[in-house]
Amino acid sequence: MKISISKVIIFCVAIFFLLIFWQGLKIKSNYDTKNLIGSQISKFQLTEIDNDNLYISEEELKKNKYTLINFFASWCAPCRTEHEYLLNLSNENQKIKIIGINFKDKKNNAIKFLEELGNPYNFVGKDSKGKISILFGIYGIPESILVNSDLTVIKKIVGPIDQIQYNQILKIIK
Amino acid sequence: MKIKFLLFIGSMLFTTFVYPEQNQNKLLEVYKNLRCLVCQGQSIADSNSDFAVTIKLVVKDQFNQGKTEDEIYKFLSSKYGEWIVYRPTFNVNNFLLWTLPYAVLVFGGFIIFLLVRKTKHNKAN
Repeated sequence: MKISISKVIIFCVAIFFLLIFWQGLKIKSNYDTKNLIGSQISKFQLTEIDNDNLYISEEELKKNKYTLINFFASWCAPCRTEHEYLLNLSNENQKIKIIGINFKDKKNNAIKFLEELGNPYNFVGKDSKGKISILFGIYGIPESILVNSDLTVIKKIVGPIDQIQYNQILKIIK
Repeated sequence: MKIKFLLFIGSMLFTTFVYPEQNQNKLLEVYKNLRCLVCQGQSIADSNSDFAVTIKLVVKDQFNQGKTEDEIYKFLSSKYGEWIVYRPTFNVNNFLLWTLPYAVLVFGGFIIFLLVRKTKHNKAN
């Protein structure tokens, strides 16, 4: 049986494309935070929620062995569920400081939220327009970022902190 | 004096109408090349989601600071991964994506050349 070369080539090309599409199906094309882990956080300046004259920058975080930067808002329901874990972290562990960044929220509502549930934060800053959140690669809240004294991102938690995430944080900072 | 006055009016008109429009078009171009990560197949330009609104603000700020389009894409890619940019940059991982269409074009041309030559050869015989 005689097989023409062009048919063989067309067949090979078809197989090649099928393999590419097959591989393409396996690729996870979603927002991934992996690229941020191990990177340095950007420079920022965060104003205190209740006092415009008080602010912190990334330089202050260098003094802490570990800092957890937590984005929250009073209107965010999952933020309420993770709040007890943040309180536990701040009460039981001195190695970690927690910075709260109030995201696109009303000042009074945020203060009321913290009065009602307790304040686990060493500093509460405001991000009324959400611009600071972009510096941290945030796309929805709650999100938390654990950094060390070198300002390197060690862990990024997308969504509320749960028992598993809480244990992982404890394991890292112990 | 008249010429100075006319130049002044001209520059005022340019900065009021032409320059902002040029900037607006440039910004729109950047928004269109950014993917809204929380939307279904929409660009930042098409979406009014919270995320898209914030990205627009940040892009506008950086643009006003004099950052180039590439610098803005690089910044956002460093925060959200290359997935945020619709037009990926050329690198080792995606060189096939950029080169394959040209390779297919050349290969297709080669096949057509072979077929034409074969047909001519058959006709001659």
